[in-house]
Amino acid sequence: MVMTLSTPRVAAPVKKKRSVVQRFAADTAFMTFVAILMAFLYIPIWILIIFSFNDSRSLTWPLSGFTLEWYQRLWNNSQLQDAIGNSFYVASCATVLTLLVGVPAALALHRLHFPGKTVFRRLVVLPITLPGVVTGISMLNLFRVLGFDLSLETVILGHATALLAVVVTQVSARLERLPKSLEEASADLGATQIYTFIHITLPNIRSAVIGAGLLSFVLSFDEIPVTFFLTGRDNTLPMYIYSTMRRGVTPEINAVGTLIVLFSLILIVAAVIATRDRKH
Amino acid sequence: MASIIELDRLSKHYSSSIVAVDNVTFAVEDGEFVTLLGPSGCGKSTLLRMIGGFEDPTDGAIWLAGKNVTWDPPHRRDVNMVFQDYALFPHMTVGENIGYGLKLKKLNRTEIGTSVQGALSLVGLEDKIDQHPYQLSGGQRQRIALARAIVRRPKVLLLDEPLSALDAKLRGQMQLELKHLHEKVGISFIMVTHDQTEALVMSDRVVVMDSGRVAQEGSPNLLYDNPNSPYVANFIGTTNFLDAQIARVDGDRTRISVAGVEIEAVGETHRRAGDAITVGFRPEKVRILKDGETGDNEIPGEIAEVVYYGLGLRLSVAVQGGGRVYVDSLLPDRLADSQVPPVGHPVRMALSSGNIFLFDEGVA
Repeated sequence: MVMTLSTPRVAAPVKKKRSVVQRFAADTAFMTFVAILMAFLYIPIWILIIFSFNDSRSLTWPLSGFTLEWYQRLWNNSQLQDAIGNSFYVASCATVLTLLVGVPAALALHRLHFPGKTVFRRLVVLPITLPGVVTGISMLNLFRVLGFDLSLETVILGHATALLAVVVTQVSARLERLPKSLEEASADLGATQIYTFIHITLPNIRSAVIGAGLLSFVLSFDEIPVTFFLTGRDNTLPMYIYSTMRRGVTPEINAVGTLIVLFSLILIVAAVIATRDRKH
Repeated sequence: MASIIELDRLSKHYSSSIVAVDNVTFAVEDGEFVTLLGPSGCGKSTLLRMIGGFEDPTDGAIWLAGKNVTWDPPHRRDVNMVFQDYALFPHMTVGENIGYGLKLKKLNRTEIGTSVQGALSLVGLEDKIDQHPYQLSGGQRQRIALARAIVRRPKVLLLDEPLSALDAKLRGQMQLELKHLHEKVGISFIMVTHDQTEALVMSDRVVVMDSGRVAQEGSPNLLYDNPNSPYVANFIGTTNFLDAQIARVDGDRTRISVAGVEIEAVGETHRRAGDAITVGFRPEKVRILKDGETGDNEIPGEIAEVVYYGLGLRLSVAVQGGGRVYVDSLLPDRLADSQVPPVGHPVRMALSSGNIFLFDEGVA
């Protein structure tokens, strides 16, 4: 608003222009880096998929021909099918259980102020830093002390414990970003705390809850260390693969791997659609 | 007119040393527009949040329409708030946002529909009913937040720095719009702001706050023309302050020696000759005298700086004793260079006795 009578003139700084050659070199270097990175990430998966259709037991070049035999064998392998079924059962139950405990825990951490809150927050998140071996052994000891028989259910409890940290951190991060004024506005407009939670808080953390759930599912699905200690007679899919791998990689395993990649892709697409937030 | 809301010795202590609100008592009349004005940290927002029910007072009581609501939770108080960040629910449409508080009032669908339409037409955004908040501009969100709060017909509408997120031009426009809206709906408004222009433009009454206490309250022109302390004089508008001494008290006239001369102020005073005081006056009440012209309370000085701000000139004049006096003058015509006194030029200023404030304390 206020302007002095004489405006001092400031010379515009001279911008150094990069030459076309320099820019081309920089762009090429960057693109090459990205290409190498993508190759590093995805070539192993392509190899897995290709060999699952290869008409030979040995995993060597050149490819000998196309076959669906390994997929047919999968179809007839009841042990493998049981393992897949077990993995789905464990991952689903562990996810539901961890969400049921984790979401309220995150809300409590966000909303309530109580002595020892910081300690509680650290304790909830700590298991994420513990190696699975430690979680596995300690839970095994606990179940022994309590006299539980090892089974898929003990695996579920173990996974749910280990995954709690994932859910709490994800949901907490979202709650931190949710303006406090939204809940206040809801109360101001006549809503009770429960009504506010259902109609305001939950819809706004929905995508974080779904995301944490999917991540938990995937982590539980391919978990080995905790499962190793806590399972009874039943095997999950990664455990089954691990045990057959001792006799070498078979094309059947490649076929399972390909199916899992396909399933993961479907999950990812579902996750993207479900968690697509409206712009704020 | 009866008081719709009364604050009775309201206090909020965060700890024994941190006092946000200190023993505040005032009442708001039915239909009045009251502004709580003060710098950040003066307790004005805490006070508003206590009225809304978002903070519990440490002491004192809040009476709303004759009922003690001090300990009622927000959802049981017949007041509504417009939040600084608007707090529109991002997952709901404009219509759902406005209808939210009506659904909770257990109104039926048709009643809600009619009320939402009415509120939207009040703020001129009927066509936005199915849009989401992220599709609206800042000014439109502001209007929707207003509509959402007003549609419940609260006894008092609370506004927490409602215009602070808008750019300067839009803010000026919304000030008037809010004022007109207030006249139309007839609900009492309590607004918090740190912007003195906003307070002067919109309010029937301004409550100036300082460190959790009420420094002064009154109509905008009372505060502007009769500030009771250098704090208020400094916060509302610009004021020149000069150290001075009482020379003589003569009934309702007080002679004051300041900047090497003696000037006269009017009004009864409890002060006596020899008392050290601070003299205050507004830059636009000072007149630069032309050669040969005489005026009341002449103070000599020397031009130290000239600032042009479009509408006029602000001269900074150095006076005896080391003080600086700002003089604002509007430019009646195009600025001719010859009319501007050059820096270093001696001038005489005139000031009418009625425009001089006397304060016991200095400027903080």
